[in-house]
Amino acid sequence: MPKYILIDHTADIGIDVFGTTIEELFTNAAFALFDIIADLSTVECKAEYQVKISGVDREQLLVIWLSELLYLHDVKYVLFKDFRITDMKENQLTASVSGEVFDDNKHVIKTEIKAVTYHGLSIVQENHRWKARVIFDL
Amino acid sequence: MADDKYKIQKIDDYRWRIPREGKMRVDGIVYADKHMLEEIQKDESLQQVINVSYLPGIVSHSLAMPDIHWGYGFPIGGVAAFDMDEGVVSPGGVGYDINCGVRLLRTGLYRVEISGKLESVVNTLFANIPSGVGSHRKDLKLTQQEEKNVLKNGARWAVSQGYGTKDDLEHIEEKGCIPGADPELISDRALERGRAQLGTLGSGNHFVEVGYVSEVYNEEIARALGLEKDGITIVVHTGSRGLGYQVCDDFLRVMIDASRKYNIELPDRQLCCAPINSYEGRNYLAAMACAANYAFANRQMITHWVRESFERALHVDPKESRISPVYDVCHNIAKFEDHIVDGQKKRLCVHRKGATRAFPPNHPDTPDAYKSVGQPVLIPGDMGRCSYVLVGTEKAYSDTFGSTCHGAGRVMSRGQATRVTKGRNIAEELKSQGILVRADSRATLVEEVPEAYKDVTEVVDVVDHAGIGKKVVQLKPMCVIKG
Repeated sequence: MPKYILIDHTADIGIDVFGTTIEELFTNAAFALFDIIADLSTVECKAEYQVKISGVDREQLLVIWLSELLYLHDVKYVLFKDFRITDMKENQLTASVSGEVFDDNKHVIKTEIKAVTYHGLSIVQENHRWKARVIFDL
Repeated sequence: MADDKYKIQKIDDYRWRIPREGKMRVDGIVYADKHMLEEIQKDESLQQVINVSYLPGIVSHSLAMPDIHWGYGFPIGGVAAFDMDEGVVSPGGVGYDINCGVRLLRTGLYRVEISGKLESVVNTLFANIPSGVGSHRKDLKLTQQEEKNVLKNGARWAVSQGYGTKDDLEHIEEKGCIPGADPELISDRALERGRAQLGTLGSGNHFVEVGYVSEVYNEEIARALGLEKDGITIVVHTGSRGLGYQVCDDFLRVMIDASRKYNIELPDRQLCCAPINSYEGRNYLAAMACAANYAFANRQMITHWVRESFERALHVDPKESRISPVYDVCHNIAKFEDHIVDGQKKRLCVHRKGATRAFPPNHPDTPDAYKSVGQPVLIPGDMGRCSYVLVGTEKAYSDTFGSTCHGAGRVMSRGQATRVTKGRNIAEELKSQGILVRADSRATLVEEVPEAYKDVTEVVDVVDHAGIGKKVVQLKPMCVIKG
């Protein structure tokens, strides 16, 4: 099972992301976000951040989770590739995330993502696996 | 997503109606020719036109310009106006890149004077105007207080710091500053993102393009805009960067709660909104104005660096190059404007998401210099073909809340563009057509390949034939820098 697949959206880019647990769904979504932004093969885990967020429901929590990482990327210039969720409830999440500060000589940026949208957002559980759809604004 | 079955009726060759049905409060009206409409129907953008028509207080119709494509919440190319008492304001109707917009600069230079020096021009622009992750001008350091001054004063701030002249301000929508901006409503996060990114281009479809006037359709209006055949022009396309994205993001969260609080039923969460006169609505508009002003300042600073780059690359005195703005338009914005509805003058909150204001001659908001010809409308195309300058019309004012298209509109997703260009060198292809391109990321060039866009000429022709914009000149690119 792939972690995620890209869906074609004319103006922007979307993902269908999968996970056997809800935690895995969230970490795979985060991986997809940075896999779209950069070539992660040259990124090492050198900088670590703690993330604690909450939302009104699971769907919003997913958008806020990805937005939080995008914010950290934008202000700290970090490309994240490792995500460990240490605690997760219906509307709350604590995680430890790591990656490396962007280095022009080492890393390749593929696309700038402006934001994580709520458009067409869904999280469903089907055939014993979780699936979510998220659309990014590019 | 809501059900995707809808009727579509022909009004004339360039207009199509989606009649009001079910929860729709007004009709949807789409500007397109028959061929375009078929393309448009392939994705979900018309459902988005319908979704917008569900929103409380929407007036007359939910509109789509011919460059409509599937966005999030509102379609891109969407225009909707809301009653001040009954209506709502929606951050999703403005977008993340608040006051993303276009500025056109004219010059006293001609094509023959620079065609041999393009390499130097494009390299100097690329070195002077920051683009790409983490890049910024080393000579620019903002304190938080100074950043708040940017948010309050927009392009006026930039001019007060020596980026350009007072005369520049006369040639910007709202004179480069939307009133009512309250920086105290901007989150620390938005300020943090904005501080490092002021004066940067960003990536994706943002660019600075040097070109020339390749066709003149209306000599008299072109002259009034200071444009003539073979004259060099520069187009700047960028917006409010991370600050705007964060403001939108912050207020979407506020509006999700507000929609529940005010019992507003949403067909798509991205359309979350609040009454214009509510606490949440007023705060959003005051924060949006801050981001819009940031974008005006951004384009003003980039204009200054364009002037410096030309001076350096061509060794011409600024008095000779005479680089000055024709106009600067927002294409992601909500504005308070007066319009005629059922014969009555009414104040409305007009949302334009991927649409440009197109006010007619003699309108009070049409700048003095262009009173007799109408407000300039700037429509950039893709990096290989051409762009257009139009002016606003009476018909746009009466039929589309003074709005028209904003660009070409994509026909290919970025994934498709990447697939169809596999193995091709886009920069070399463009070079062989005489267009030099510098981009921070190779992926940008591939995703922005000309064929990923509708032909802007078709879009502009629909607008011109439908009368909601009048073609003045065509511009062709010579060199482009992208993020």
